[in-house]
Amino acid sequence: MYKILSKRELAQGTVVENVISAPRIAKKAKPGQFVILRVNETGERIPLTMADTDPDKGTITLIYQVVGKTTALMKSLGVGDGYQDIAGPLGKPTHIEKVGTVVCIGGGTGIAVLHPITRALKEAGNKVYALCGARTKDLLIMEDAMAAASTECTLCTDDGSCGYHGFGTDLLKQILDREKVDLVVGIGPVPMMKFVCAVTKPYNVKTLVSLNAIMVDGTGMCGCCRATVGGKTQFACVDGPEFDGHQVDFDELAKRLRGYSDMERQSMELFEHKCSCK
Amino acid sequence: MAEVKEKVPRQKMPEQDPGVRKRNFKEVPLGYPAETAILEAGRCLQCKTPGCSKGCPVGIDIPGFIKEIASKNFEAGIAKLKEQNALPAVCGRVCPQESQCEGGCILGKKGESVAIGRLERFLADWERNEGKVKLPNIPAPTGKRVAVVGSGPSGLTVAGDLCLKGHDVTVFEAFHKPGGVLLYGIPEFRLPKDILFAEINYLERLGVKFEVNSVVGKVVSLEELFAEGYQAIYVAVGAGLPYFLGVPGENLIGVYSANEYLTRSNLMKAYLFPEYDTPLVRGKNVIVVGAGNVAMDSARTAMRMGADTVKIVYRRSREEMPARAEEIHHAEEEGIELFLLTNPVRFMGDADGRLTTVECQKMELGEPDASGRRRPVPIEGAFFTMPTDLAVISVGAGANPLLTSTTPALSLNKRGYIVAQAETGKTTMKGVWAGGDIVTGMATVIQAMGAGKQAAASMHAYLTMGW
Ligand SMILES: Cc1cc2nc3c(=O)[nH]c(=O)nc-3n(C[C@H](O)[C@H](O)[C@H](O)COP(=O)(O)OP(=O)(O)OC[C@H]3O[C@@H](n4cnc5c(N)ncnc54)[C@H](O)[C@@H]3O)c2cc1C
Ligand SMILES: Cc1cc2nc3c(=O)[nH]c(=O)nc-3n(C[C@H](O)[C@H](O)[C@H](O)COP(=O)(O)OP(=O)(O)OC[C@H]3O[C@@H](n4cnc5c(N)ncnc54)[C@H](O)[C@@H]3O)c2cc1C
Ligand code: SF4
Ligand code: SF4
Ligand code: FES
Repeated sequence: MYKILSKRELAQGTVVENVISAPRIAKKAKPGQFVILRVNETGERIPLTMADTDPDKGTITLIYQVVGKTTALMKSLGVGDGYQDIAGPLGKPTHIEKVGTVVCIGGGTGIAVLHPITRALKEAGNKVYALCGARTKDLLIMEDAMAAASTECTLCTDDGSCGYHGFGTDLLKQILDREKVDLVVGIGPVPMMKFVCAVTKPYNVKTLVSLNAIMVDGTGMCGCCRATVGGKTQFACVDGPEFDGHQVDFDELAKRLRGYSDMERQSMELFEHKCSCK
Repeated sequence: MAEVKEKVPRQKMPEQDPGVRKRNFKEVPLGYPAETAILEAGRCLQCKTPGCSKGCPVGIDIPGFIKEIASKNFEAGIAKLKEQNALPAVCGRVCPQESQCEGGCILGKKGESVAIGRLERFLADWERNEGKVKLPNIPAPTGKRVAVVGSGPSGLTVAGDLCLKGHDVTVFEAFHKPGGVLLYGIPEFRLPKDILFAEINYLERLGVKFEVNSVVGKVVSLEELFAEGYQAIYVAVGAGLPYFLGVPGENLIGVYSANEYLTRSNLMKAYLFPEYDTPLVRGKNVIVVGAGNVAMDSARTAMRMGADTVKIVYRRSREEMPARAEEIHHAEEEGIELFLLTNPVRFMGDADGRLTTVECQKMELGEPDASGRRRPVPIEGAFFTMPTDLAVISVGAGANPLLTSTTPALSLNKRGYIVAQAETGKTTMKGVWAGGDIVTGMATVIQAMGAGKQAAASMHAYLTMGW
């Protein structure tokens, strides 16, 4: 049992932050790595990135968006409860080195995934611009943490309720026009990452994205997480999750993510029904 | 008048009716009742130099345990069996007996061999069902600590053997439950999981500790395990890297590796969705590519998940099918069709990226290849398509590099398998042994256990006497 030590709701309860006791994982985890979690005996195994770790306290922090049955079930748990299984750290850590100027652009819960990477890139001596976007002000997460982790952080919302009015990709383009950028890291929903790559492509700037493919084992034994990168099949869990975004077939990824939508809906309806009957 | 001893035929095992069982996940063969087991045991000639034992990779005293059944000493029989085999309930069910023990039985030369596997299963089931499982005496602790990486049959064997020598054993398993392929690969209808859990529970009672959710190479390295105080390590991580065909359309929704398909249904219990959360595509028209045991398990699972048609698509002929005869027979009884000399060349889907159609090419057999089997050669222009909404690719597996790539001191062969000494399992890294599928490539449960037995003996010698 992996105990939940703290729980915080963000973005009007659509996003939840858990600090969880997992000493062995906390000791080993590096930015960009994820865990696979199973809530209980009948649960699914789902991948979640570690937004933070504390090796001394033996804790990992997960920030997840409530999108379906498993994440809704997770939200129903509180401090003192726990998760039955957590395996990790999985995936390749982000390659952190000093390259010069970096733009880290995050959308939605992608910001949670982006946060430790941003911090590590800055600590490595890079000048790091952070661009954090959401639909509206109330859905923005980790504004302060991202400000602290970067050299300069700009918030943006689609509706203009906070920060820049418009997409982060507009700001990205402005930076690219203005100065020499050596690396872009874009993490968020698939359409957003695809768009980021389309923006950086003409500038020929290396662009890393993190693929959120559906996974089972997370150790390269099933092939569930396969994605086409540079015309070749790659396993996101062991070859990634980060890849050169200019090589990724995002349309295929988007389709594969919808592979079980009917059954996911059925699971969710059953869960909500059970909850309301209690 | 001299009494003519009536010749007893090989005893049949009762089975679930094919028409019924093809839609449920309950075990197919139902086991021998005691009278039948005694009758079957009576067929054994008690050979002085038994061919059967030679065929068994762990050299079980087969006439020895059969004799005890014939004289109704079941308790003595199971004790004899367990001297060599810690998982008889498993092996009695899944060993390819026809090519191992039963293949060497003298009676098989002229007629039908003794049903050794069924008798082995009988004793193990009897012991479990009668609550006769006894814990052996465990010697005083030696104070030596052993880490086993991987909880498949090979790792479990080492854990059991070394625990019985008084060593302190911890098994590290990447998944959330121990068992390896016995758990996530072989389906419930061939190996009920309760039996596996009983075996694992037995090991726990012996004192074996299990650390699940522990991906060694990621959460801890072999060097770190030594630093934590483990003095010897056994690596048995299996051959878990799925091969795909490399044809267009293979990433469509509805195309699975057998590993994924079986893991979802067995380990994650997707066949019980929505009671269990893990989803799985329920195909109406299913193809399974390949013809080994894994392919048979996938095909029979798809049938039980409600398919209308299930086809095994294989590029060679029936003669070359690697699956056990019994499995092919069971599959065909359940209505699974064989599409032989056929090779998929392309998968096609709809606008949502879901599999709808497979295109295949007809093959013919040419000259023998390196494996001695006649090589399948495509027939020019002989293409055809079939509607398909689920395809399971079951064309073999390779060595998963996750652990080995982070452990440079382990020498690998050119296919990525760990190099280990044949008799001992010693690797090129001091204090580390390896065995099972990660050394041999995918083999059998009992071979993986045999490798474990040898390694355990060598590890015990090391822990008491040195490398
Ligand atoms: C390496 C990796 C790291 C991830 N890190 C995080 C994280 O830090 N925080 C976070 O909130 N999410 C993260 N995800 C996504 C997360 O795994 C899914 O949101 C989760 O599995 C949904 O489970 P569910 O049962 O609640 O929803 P489901 O019922 O499974 O799905 C509901 C909806 O979410 C979509 N969905 C399903 N699986 C995924 C997926 N893997 N990615 C995106 N959408 C999906 C479905 O299309 C569906 O519309 C990560 C995914 C990967 C592969
Ligand atoms: C579907 C299927 C059906 C089969 N049917 C038969 C049959 O009928 N008869 C027969 O004799 N054989 C059969 N086999 C083959 C047989 O199951 C294998 O040869 C045998 O299980 C190999 O045992 P093993 O202990 O070497 O590895 P495995 O059983 O593969 O176990 C390896 C274990 O190590 C774990 N692991 C991997 N990497 C790590 C890591 N880095 N850290 C920690 N743990 C790790 C895995 O999760 C797994 O649990 C079948 C195989 C399959 C896939
Ligand atoms: S372990 Fe397998 S091969 Fe050996 S006797 Fe038993 S069934 Fe036969
Ligand atoms: S070879 Fe056959 S008949 Fe002879 S001892 Fe073995 S099982 Fe009995
Ligand atoms: S999740 Fe199974 S191979 Fe990546």
